[in-house]
This record gives sequence, C-alpha cells and structure tokens, in this order.
Amino acid sequence: MARGPIGKGKRGAGFDFMASGHLMEGRQMSSKPRIVITGLGLTAPNGNSLGEFRANLLAGKARIAVIDVRHMGKHPAGVCDFDTTKWQKRKELRIGTRVGSISIFCSREALSDSGLDWDKVDKSRVGVYLGITEHGNVETENEIHNISQFGNDTKYWTHHHNPRTVANNPAGEVTMNMGITGPHYTIGAACAAGNAGLIQAAQMLQLGEVDIAFAGGVSESIHTFGIFAGFKNQGALGAHEDPTKASRPFDKNRNGIVISEGGAIYVLERLDDALARGARIIAEIAGWCINSDATDAVLPNPERQTECVHMALKRAGMKPQDIHIVSTHATATALGDIQECTALRNVFTDCPDTKINNTKSFIGHCMGAAGALELAGNLPSFEDNWVHPTINIDELDPECAMPGLVINQPIKVARVDTILNNSFGMLGINSALIVKKYGVA
Amino acid sequence: MTKDDIKQVVLDIIADIAPDEDLTTVKPEVRLRDQLSLDSMDFLDIVMELRKKHGIEVPEADYVQLASLDSCANYLLPKFEAKGK
Repeated sequence: MARGPIGKGKRGAGFDFMASGHLMEGRQMSSKPRIVITGLGLTAPNGNSLGEFRANLLAGKARIAVIDVRHMGKHPAGVCDFDTTKWQKRKELRIGTRVGSISIFCSREALSDSGLDWDKVDKSRVGVYLGITEHGNVETENEIHNISQFGNDTKYWTHHHNPRTVANNPAGEVTMNMGITGPHYTIGAACAAGNAGLIQAAQMLQLGEVDIAFAGGVSESIHTFGIFAGFKNQGALGAHEDPTKASRPFDKNRNGIVISEGGAIYVLERLDDALARGARIIAEIAGWCINSDATDAVLPNPERQTECVHMALKRAGMKPQDIHIVSTHATATALGDIQECTALRNVFTDCPDTKINNTKSFIGHCMGAAGALELAGNLPSFEDNWVHPTINIDELDPECAMPGLVINQPIKVARVDTILNNSFGMLGINSALIVKKYGVA
Repeated sequence: MTKDDIKQVVLDIIADIAPDEDLTTVKPEVRLRDQLSLDSMDFLDIVMELRKKHGIEVPEADYVQLASLDSCANYLLPKFEAKGK
C-alpha cells in the first residue's frame, strides 16, 4: 500500500491535505480532502445494530423468513424487524413508505453512533445521498391492488401516491424527519447502489458541497411481487426447503437470489472536520470506481469488473496484495457468481493475505442496501481481525474456487487494514469501494 | 343513523389517519384543524375513507363542510340517509 500521512495527527489537531499530497505520490485522489466514516446505522434481516449483525455473521447465523408474496405464494425473503416507532410517529409511518422508514431508522441510528451534537449542526450543510435499486414499485402495486377492489376506478387511487413514489422519497423522508435542509436525493444504481451512495457522498464532501453526509443504501424490495416474478421468470429466484439455506453463493447447487429488505446509512465527514470534533473514526474511504459493462442488461462482464477493481486500487494507491478482505457481490445466480470469481482471479493473483467472503449467504440480497450492508458487516474486522465467512457452501462450485475464500467458518487473521467492497448491478453497472483502517500507513 | 353516529364515523376515520392524536377531548363545535394536527392531505384522507367505506362523495367545493364534527354531522346526515343508512 502506498504510504500516506495518516495516523500522524492527534485527534483535535488540524490536518493539511494539500501538504500531504507529496506523501501520497501516485494517488489520483491525493490532492482531495480525505473522507472518513464516523457513524453507522443499519437494519438487516439478522440484526438491527452493527453489534448484533456482526455477532450473527461470525456465528454463522442466517435469518431468512418465508413470506406470502402477492400473486405468488410462499417464498424465502430477508425481513427486517427494527422498531419502526423508535424514531417516527405512527402518522409518519402511515403516510410514508417502508423504505422511508428504513432510511429514517438507519440515519437516526447513524447520527447516534456518530456522536455529533445535532442541535449545533448547521442543517443546511448536511446532505443525504441514498442508493436505491428501484423505488415506487411497492406503492404502485399496492394502489393497483387497491383500486382493483373498486372496479379499477381511479378515484380510489390514493393522493399519497406521488410523494410516496418520487425517486427521492427515501432521502426526502430522512430530511423531513431530521430537519435537514441541505441537498437530498437518491442514486439509482441497481444493486451497486449502496456503494454508489457512499461514493456520491464522498465526492460531495470533497467538492465542499456539504460538511456532513448521510449516505448508503436502502431497499423495501420484498414488498413488491414484481421483483420476485421477474427473477423467477428469469430463472434466478433462489429456493430451498430450509429458507436459511436458500441463499448460497458459490455453492454448486445454488439456484438464485433471495430477495431481502434492509438499509445501511453512514455518517461521512472530511477527515479534518472529524479530527477537529474528536470524532471516533470508524474507517477511511480510500478509493473507488464505478464503470459500465456496455454489453448485456443482466449478464455481468468480468472484463469490466476487473477494470473496475483495478481502477479502485489505483485510485487508492494500492496493489492487490494490500487488500485484506474482498467482500463479494455474488448473489447465488448460476452465471453471475462465476463471472465475479473470474474477475477476482484476474486481479488477486499471488495475494496470500487476501481473504474473500460473502454476506448475502446470511441475509439474502438486500438490493439497494446490499453494498452498504455488506461493507458494514466487515468493518469490525479492523478491530477484531476476524473475517466472517460465506456460509451455505455444501459443495463448492469448482468454477467459484478462489484462494482465500473463507468458507462456512470465520477465520482469525494477523491484521485487517483494508476492505474492497464489490457491488454490481443490472444494465452492467459495476462498483468497487475500498476502505481502510484509520491510522495505518 | 344519527348525527352522533356520524360524528363517531368521522372520529373512527381520524383515529386511523392520525393515530398519534388523543381524540377523547375533541370538541364537536371547534374546527378539527384547530385542535388536532391535521393538514390538507389528512382531510383528503377523510374524503377518501368516506368514499371507500361508506360510498359517500364529498365534492371539492364542499370540503369546507368537514371543518368540525358538528359541521360534518350536519353535512353528511342527508348523504347517509340517501344511502339508506
């Protein structure tokens, strides 16, 4: 890993980013402000806090329910059970959307985690950037069902439809709940959206557009039958008699995606601001890349994925050997997993310290939240040096075999300083985000 | 159906659309917006629920008639009676 001046300053001391540039020779991001994570809130099917989520990942505990999907019957799905009334009034819940509620819960929890003195924060300098795979399907399907009970007469169509279905809804609900008057919008990036939200926030902080960002990814996708039907008819909907084994990336008998809901939202700040207020720094954003396959709507392109990871490494000033954990995107589809493994084998040759894992095997595919949640579950590795596994591998697919793949049991390693978080999505959007432990050279 | 019955119908609807509100002290002669946290979208919900649950139509020009429980009862009574309720 290229050496930078991190870890030199004491908390509370200022930091001269421009002066540090010469020490980060070769980094494309060297002249820009460094961005750090100082707070995190999440809800996952197997945890409503980072502590609970992490404990279940290390214990190998998946949590997948079986739900009744409208028009489709029973299917496995990842369902979150966070306390919806912790941060919202019941009226807000009635008017808003499920994903808005997820977003508010995660943002409020992230704020609590950050230690920010919210009353003293200039709310006009706060931005909200949330990645989404899709939005509006749930509410639209509900209304179509609703008016079908009234002869399809549109006078029964709710007047709440438009504010619920505008694409900025999840981020907008956060601003209304928290009194944030800075910018808010969502980033539509298919299943790369969680990373895209974080990257957008980092860019806006570097540009000086905001001083604090709430960023990550969210999803309510289990409440729309359309996504289940679409994957099923694509031959990509996961199933197993034991729902907790339905999501099994890299297993030879994997049969598709388990759809889940969830959210992970981070507080991001510029390093100097975080140091000035004495914030606990969870991790530093080291580099990223988003690119496009430009080949197929659904079949990933390993060549472009390889380029994406290489570019993220270059921007972070790192080489493949510097990466200690690769958090894979693999969704348990027949071809998608192989394509990602091909890309990773292209990049991570001769990398004995690189471990590879997968979180969807525990919680299914949280769609817009996937990348942000999967990164979150790995962040405690910076402190405990444990790497959680990918579970549900009864028979490893030889085409998914990779050195460093952590299978079924967590492993303890000497150190974890870096995480590469992969998230890819339909229409050929690829994202790779690299974070590193704060204070390591 | 009596005027008191109609007031209860409206209160039941409000209980659903404004679940955080205490409805035990609502004064029937006072404007609902002056004693409850209700906005224009909430009043549209009242109109929608009257339509869905009771088949009662309230034209936009008559929304003002829903200002208080008393005015609701006076305005809605003939509509409920016309429905044979």
